[in-house]
Amino acid sequence: MRLEGKRLIWQDYQKEIADDHYFYARSCIRQTFFPGAEAIFMRILKEELGKDIHDEQHHTSCTGIGYHSDVVPFDTTMTVVARQFALMTEAGYENYAASCVTSFGLYTEILDTWNHFPETEAKIREYLFKATGREFNKPRNLAHASDIVYKLRHQIAAKAKYKLVDKKTGNPLKVVEHIGCHYSKMFPHKGIGGAEYPYVLSGMIEAWGGEVIDYPERRHCCGFGFRQYIVQANRGFSLSCSKKKFDSMEPYEPDMIITNCPGCPMFLDRWQYALSEMEGKTYGKNKQGIPVFTYEEVAGMIMGYDPWEIGLQVHQVPAEPLLDKIGIPYDPLQKFTGKQGQYLGIPESPSYLKFYADQQNTEVIK
Amino acid sequence: MAKHVVVIGAGPAGLETSAKLSKMGLRVTLVEKEETSGGHLKNWHTLFPGNMPGLKALESIKEGLDENVKIQTNTQVTALEAVNDYFTVSGHNGWQEKADAVVLATGFKLFDARRKEEYGYGIYENVITSSDLETLLAKGNLFSNHKNPARIGFVHCVGSRDEKVNNLHCSKLCCITAVKQAVEVKQLFPETEVFCFYMDLRMFGRHYEELYKEAQEKYNIQFIRGRLSESTEDKEGNIIVKVEDTLLGKPLRIKTDFLVLMTGMEPAAGTKSLTAMLGLKDVSDKFIRPLDEVLQPNFTDMPGVFVAGTCSGPKSVSETLADARSAALAVEAFLKE
Ligand code: SF4
Ligand code: SF4
Ligand code: SF4
Repeated sequence: MRLEGKRLIWQDYQKEIADDHYFYARSCIRQTFFPGAEAIFMRILKEELGKDIHDEQHHTSCTGIGYHSDVVPFDTTMTVVARQFALMTEAGYENYAASCVTSFGLYTEILDTWNHFPETEAKIREYLFKATGREFNKPRNLAHASDIVYKLRHQIAAKAKYKLVDKKTGNPLKVVEHIGCHYSKMFPHKGIGGAEYPYVLSGMIEAWGGEVIDYPERRHCCGFGFRQYIVQANRGFSLSCSKKKFDSMEPYEPDMIITNCPGCPMFLDRWQYALSEMEGKTYGKNKQGIPVFTYEEVAGMIMGYDPWEIGLQVHQVPAEPLLDKIGIPYDPLQKFTGKQGQYLGIPESPSYLKFYADQQNTEVIK
Repeated sequence: MAKHVVVIGAGPAGLETSAKLSKMGLRVTLVEKEETSGGHLKNWHTLFPGNMPGLKALESIKEGLDENVKIQTNTQVTALEAVNDYFTVSGHNGWQEKADAVVLATGFKLFDARRKEEYGYGIYENVITSSDLETLLAKGNLFSNHKNPARIGFVHCVGSRDEKVNNLHCSKLCCITAVKQAVEVKQLFPETEVFCFYMDLRMFGRHYEELYKEAQEKYNIQFIRGRLSESTEDKEGNIIVKVEDTLLGKPLRIKTDFLVLMTGMEPAAGTKSLTAMLGLKDVSDKFIRPLDEVLQPNFTDMPGVFVAGTCSGPKSVSETLADARSAALAVEAFLKE
């Protein structure tokens, strides 16, 4: 593999990312899948880097998954998105930061549609006005939250306590990156690095000390692919997709997987459990699986945030072996303790995949 | 004094046009942006049909040149102006000539295979182009560090017939070139499995179909109708190809040692800049559109400016030479008027 070849392509796919003053639109599913991720993003931007970011409480789902599953018509979706833009305008912002890759793709698609068909934009403005009395400006800058972290990656690295490096050997960790399809596959020029060799996560991995792995099924779907999962009869496809990726990355012995989409970390994480229960097959050394993270979680980890405060205990594939490898401290007793110190209960242990829970001592806390 | 013609571009079309114009008693200046004449032909190992080496064909064409043809190399034409009844042609280095007629023989460039990003040219070591393969064949060190490659794939239509890269046209020659190269590889490595991934096989030329048949029957080359979706590299540097066999209706994943991309033809930079400079008409594919593609293929909308060879569309070497001769006749007729 010639890295220069990739670098040439990366040069062709750069985009403008606003520097400050973001209107943040959260993702409806990320908050339940990986609840710490968005909180880490806010914390790093506000507290560590002093950025101004508006967390809007009145925004709704973008309807993206409904739209892509053909249950929400495009006009409805556009009007809902127009309302989000109206909220941004009312809050006095012009830089829209989307937490969800599906939303980001959808906003991009809608802005592009309006650009080519101004009459559609006019119609949607009218719908929104009739329904809510609201008007809006289009964002001056639209970015996915991972674009912003990419832009700030060196500043984050400068403040970080840890690196993506094996504490014992000093070697960079081997990291698989997986980009959500809607980040750049529909509009390659709207994604850092384009669609075929996206750089948004690779850039973070490089800046934070890790080494990116390129493996044959890198471009393959993570296994979400809405219809594969949402249509129950298709779930076998969903699992096979993930399995294909794991089998393909396995020989490279990756230490971790980083993703930027709601679905990818969910499926790459949970299906490792499902596959192990179905076939007894686990990936990674010592049956510990390959841990999967959102880029915000990785940023939080290297910043030295408490792993349980950023929600790593809700992962199916345990994060502990990786935390140990990097040398990030954690208190095993606190893993199943809630924010108010209450005992949350220990989940059932999987049959094959390694599980870390300090049973005995937790009994004491209980 | 004999009339003077400036021919721009010293590939096979420019050389042949110049040779024929000179035979007709005209004075010719042949301008070439590169250091040597010969265009793409000088890098091509062998031609089909007949397997004549590219360099040998080039030599024969050059034999037609005489003292009436002045060759001006290392000169990029930057201006071409019609002044009264003549033209002034100027180069980037201060070179300038007056001409009674001008022939554009600026040719094609090979599609830059990097633009089909998903095939990994320039990134994966063992993805090469058809032109790289000709160079390796010419040097006689094809796959020198792979004694017996197990599998080699040829990908047709790279940069042609592809709206994604904004090229709708068929480059015409890559099909037969793939078959020719596949046979050459098979002759060198009889044990290697060779695959051609195609959309249609365009075997329109003399003897093309026969070679295609021989490729299947004698050389056991496998033709798979389907377009590649992507190629990637595994840990050992093999190229993993994903393609759908549209005849069987099955997706395939094939591990190859090498993947050869049949890069298509696009108008050369000089073709495009002269088209713009002179305000000539072009086709959507940006090759120059002659005055009449059927009846006057060498005239342009601008009296006194002619086209020869691949600047007006993909052509084989034999077609290019025929077109060049036809261009010379058109110039002669024009200058007699
Ligand atoms: S979750 Fe899967 S389907 Fe969604 S964007 Fe990620 S790769 Fe694509
Ligand atoms: S000649 Fe064949 S390979 Fe070349 S562009 Fe035409 S169909 Fe494709
Ligand atoms: S014989 Fe005619 S119809 Fe048949 S493949 Fe050739 S060109 Fe096409």
